[in-house]
Amino acid sequence: MKIINGYPDYMMESIERVEEKRERNMKEPVKPMSLKDREEILSKYHPDYMEGTRRKVRVGVDKGKLMYNGIVDLLEAKPVVDPKDIDLGKIDYDVDILIIGGGGAGTVAALFAYESGVPRDRILIVTKLRHGDANSMMAQGGIQAADRPEDSPVLHYLDIYGGGHFTNKPELARALALDAPGIIRWHEELGVMYDRQDDGEFLELSGGGTCRNRLHSCKDYSGMELMRNIRDRARNLQIPVLEFCPVVELLMDDKGQVAGGVAFNLETYEYYVIRAKATILATGGSGRLHLSNYPTTNHYGATGDGLVMAYHVGANLLDLDTIQIHPTGDAYPEAIVGVLSTEKIRGLGAIPVNKNGDPFVFPLEPRDVESAALIRECKEGRGIVTPTGMPGVWLDTPMIEIIHGEGTIQSQLSGEVRKFKRFGIDITKYPILVYPTLHYQNGGVEINEKTETRVPGLFAAGEVTGGVHGKNRLMGNSLLDYNVFGRRAGIYAAKYAKKAKIGKLTLSHLEKYSRMLEEANIRPTKTAPILLPEYRGEMAISRSLDIF
Amino acid sequence: MSKSKQVVIEKKKTGRANKSEDDKEKQGVVEVFIMGKSYRVPAGLTIMKALEYAGYRFIRGCGCRAGFCGACSTVYRIEDEQKLGFDLACQKLVEDKMYLVQLPFVPAAKAVYDINKLEPSDSVLLTYYPEIARCVSCNTCTKSCPQDIEVMKYIQSAIRGDIAKCAEISFDCIQCGLCAMRCPADIKHYHVAQLARRIRGKYLDPKSKNLAKRLKEIEERKFDEEIEKLMKMDKKEIMELYRNRKIEAEESVIAGGD
Repeated sequence: MKIINGYPDYMMESIERVEEKRERNMKEPVKPMSLKDREEILSKYHPDYMEGTRRKVRVGVDKGKLMYNGIVDLLEAKPVVDPKDIDLGKIDYDVDILIIGGGGAGTVAALFAYESGVPRDRILIVTKLRHGDANSMMAQGGIQAADRPEDSPVLHYLDIYGGGHFTNKPELARALALDAPGIIRWHEELGVMYDRQDDGEFLELSGGGTCRNRLHSCKDYSGMELMRNIRDRARNLQIPVLEFCPVVELLMDDKGQVAGGVAFNLETYEYYVIRAKATILATGGSGRLHLSNYPTTNHYGATGDGLVMAYHVGANLLDLDTIQIHPTGDAYPEAIVGVLSTEKIRGLGAIPVNKNGDPFVFPLEPRDVESAALIRECKEGRGIVTPTGMPGVWLDTPMIEIIHGEGTIQSQLSGEVRKFKRFGIDITKYPILVYPTLHYQNGGVEINEKTETRVPGLFAAGEVTGGVHGKNRLMGNSLLDYNVFGRRAGIYAAKYAKKAKIGKLTLSHLEKYSRMLEEANIRPTKTAPILLPEYRGEMAISRSLDIF
Repeated sequence: MSKSKQVVIEKKKTGRANKSEDDKEKQGVVEVFIMGKSYRVPAGLTIMKALEYAGYRFIRGCGCRAGFCGACSTVYRIEDEQKLGFDLACQKLVEDKMYLVQLPFVPAAKAVYDINKLEPSDSVLLTYYPEIARCVSCNTCTKSCPQDIEVMKYIQSAIRGDIAKCAEISFDCIQCGLCAMRCPADIKHYHVAQLARRIRGKYLDPKSKNLAKRLKEIEERKFDEEIEKLMKMDKKEIMELYRNRKIEAEESVIAGGD
């Protein structure tokens, strides 16, 4: 097999057809689908509608509710901590606010708890990997905020609600839309370098399912630029962070409040008892569970720990019968299969086309609809199959330079250029091959506008929560989500902590949960949360001994 | 069309069971040395996946797995080669006879400042990071950057007081710290650049008037009533409203661009 311009020769032949039809494709775009067409394509091609991807959970507050198999597996597993192993008589950390997760939501919560008057040494962030190792760091496309005169928070609200198939909690969608411009202002004050026009106005693009161009970005490193600024602020304030110490279970007190957590040092295997007046869950998503066997764009620690811990103390979960697959994961080369190619590529005008060079979908449908259209194209034989058996369709990146001028791709998508250059592919000249990849946990722990869960003392923000996006999130709303609700969590948890009185610490909820498993006739062989995914080679695992 | 396509289709029919066999034949196996110890791994894997294939389970040295977080800085040398290589384990493919070591942590103190209180003068970077003046222009930092950023150039901009330029050149920095580990003058390049970017974003770039106006409208509760109305609207009615909303992007696509 000959490789030309980074692609095998047979793929290059297909690219030639893409090139021939490029001009026509730009002139005659595919129209957006009607709501009825959307329903139909989703029901046929999206994993949320497939047989066998989900089942009813048999234990806990949401007993009987449909969720993805991989999530149910975790909820029906044995709690990883045995209460008998933990001495609650010795408190290792005693704080006002415990923040579980050092990504976007957790760090923003810490900053606003501090602004709300909680002294820095009464705040503690604990995180599984390093401070900032999170999906927040990886978001590329940008953040939505309705600040242009032709736009309004009302339209943003309508987009959020419609994109979520009218299943969002309205008060959370309202908070997301109305707080957005204030968040952008806060970022300006921190020093975020947003892409701007010469007059200082933001360069705003469209995203899938948005009716106005309202996507603010920082090249294609938007998430990284936000996280760098937010984290730098936290470091300057010297807010304590415990790295490589995931919380593995929440603590409660004898009054039924959440009262901190048990952290586990991944390197020394010690546990730490952390007592807190208020606890903020900001553990992020669950892409590394590879639900429905999809590859994922998520970071290494995205294993859904927060869902499990919250469920063990009796918090309820929303919308985990859906997952967000992002339409444009990389399908070639093999080394980067599943890695994200940002939606901004389509925002800038690139169109998905099939192996014959023909377009088949409006490029900016909501993510679930766009993904379903890509899957259909491949299932019906109009995709390209890579040498390793991965199907995909072309995303015609060279269109961007025709629309916006030469150099646009380098200046707006430098991360993408860099990624493909490693494999000899020049995306300014040739299209990239894409296929949907597991991207986002739409649902999660139910919160209200104050980020309270149904369990006193437990707040939650960011990807771990449910209700904000309903059954489908729009692009540019997750960076916004962690800022809006991270801020609210910091403020409301600070308020709560001022009055909270913690009683006697207990882990009895775990014993209760184990009894519930028994009563439901579930005999778990596995434990949860799982903390990290298992990627070791099969040969290495099959020969490993547990003797050291 | 071509013969190669036929091959692909047949391979697909045979299913995934033979996949690894096929790959091995086609791409072969390479020998890598993980901290000096030899392992045979399939070619075509990233360094990160090769380590996992060999049986390593990461705690440190693995973060986003997509080139954004800088957790997996890797130093390598191909046997018998003179030069040291620097890259990210999640991005770089293994090569035969590659000696690998990861540097998942960099001891490099960050200056502590309050961005709201500092003076954005030309000398501010020198004030917080005086060691940049010791740069000997050896360019080792640039050569060790896995993002191919012109690190030395932005340090030179910093010395000259050109904060905007320093911010611009350094923008794609993932803060892995390899530059700081290699610098003979003990400069912490990536921390300097972080400060430069924050100063530029906060003080130097022009501000949006639209945003200021919108914030005032929100403060005056201009949109509250209308959103409230949508929140109470029955589902049929709001679906209708959603269906009929005008989509800006659709129009610009038809217009063919900007």
